[in-house]
Amino acid sequence: MSSVLSPGTQAPDFTLSVTPDQKLSLRDLRGKPVVLAFYPADWSPVCGDQMTLYNEVLPEFQKYKAEVLGISVDGAWCHAAFAKHQHLHFPLLSDFEPKGAVARTYGAYRQKDGFCERALFVIDENGVIFWSYCSPVAVNPGADGILEALENMKGKRQSHDKVDSTRRAS
Amino acid sequence: MTKLTVPVGPADHALGDKHAPVTLVEYGDYQCPHCGHAHLIVKALRKHFGKQLRFVYRHFPLTQIHPMAEPAAEAAEFASAHERFWEMHDAIFENQESLGLPLLADLARDLGLSSQDLVGALESHEFLPKIKEDFMGGVRSGVNGTPTFFIDGYRYEGLYEFENLVEAINAELGNSKIEHRRAG
Repeated sequence: MSSVLSPGTQAPDFTLSVTPDQKLSLRDLRGKPVVLAFYPADWSPVCGDQMTLYNEVLPEFQKYKAEVLGISVDGAWCHAAFAKHQHLHFPLLSDFEPKGAVARTYGAYRQKDGFCERALFVIDENGVIFWSYCSPVAVNPGADGILEALENMKGKRQSHDKVDSTRRAS
Repeated sequence: MTKLTVPVGPADHALGDKHAPVTLVEYGDYQCPHCGHAHLIVKALRKHFGKQLRFVYRHFPLTQIHPMAEPAAEAAEFASAHERFWEMHDAIFENQESLGLPLLADLARDLGLSSQDLVGALESHEFLPKIKEDFMGGVRSGVNGTPTFFIDGYRYEGLYEFENLVEAINAELGNSKIEHRRAG
């Protein structure tokens, strides 16, 4: 298993295709929590598909104002077909050319296999990695870890805000 | 090991003795073909273990890929309000290939329930909160797809086949006997 970037690291910026004719940069999402989910491939044959699960949990992620991004080495047309088939309501990014370049910067590329790890990153409003996790490639990591991270991040921010306002008050 | 975060309680649909030494919890989706298969396995397990096994079913509908999963879960909860949950649960899985609103209405009628009331409950989503609660409890417990089983509160990671589940439940029965002896 690769060693993925750890919490406290600035999340490497990237610009990738989100549809065949649109691009998205990580820095455009500054000010919001971002859930970055690297996964091996579209069209996983089981009902326990990771992206399908995140699609269902999306309303919960949105309670934290988090943006969810799926990312794999599949091409934009492949993503478009997969997203349509699964009725996905969040973007899938194509780490397609050069293949896996972004995954490599996150330590989430499986060189031998030529696809991404199942690696999760929760990135804070300032673009810093708050939590990361790499699951065995055959195991769908679920959504509990992401939700816990978003919750902890919110808790931490609120206690900071509190300290700030007390400081201002005194 | 992933643990069940919401303990089995009075809000659950449970079959079997409350004091059974082992409890099997399933998170399922009425439109998922793997759950349809698991339904038969669970029936066989209940027969095999008798009073030693309690079975609990919780809803985990993947609504975006299975558009009938949520209405089916609501229909089961509607039947539950009339004390007929398990009949509806069985009937839905046993007729999974023809799952649709007409089937749910027929099944309600077969149970002597008003199909009009069922349609009303589906339209008002009267029972949706209970389903959402099951779903989120599942997400928090690391449920990542369907079916997901928990044996005495720990996620079962093996295959959903009879022999594999028998083996896992037997192992747990062995553990609970040891605990019982220690306690006694």
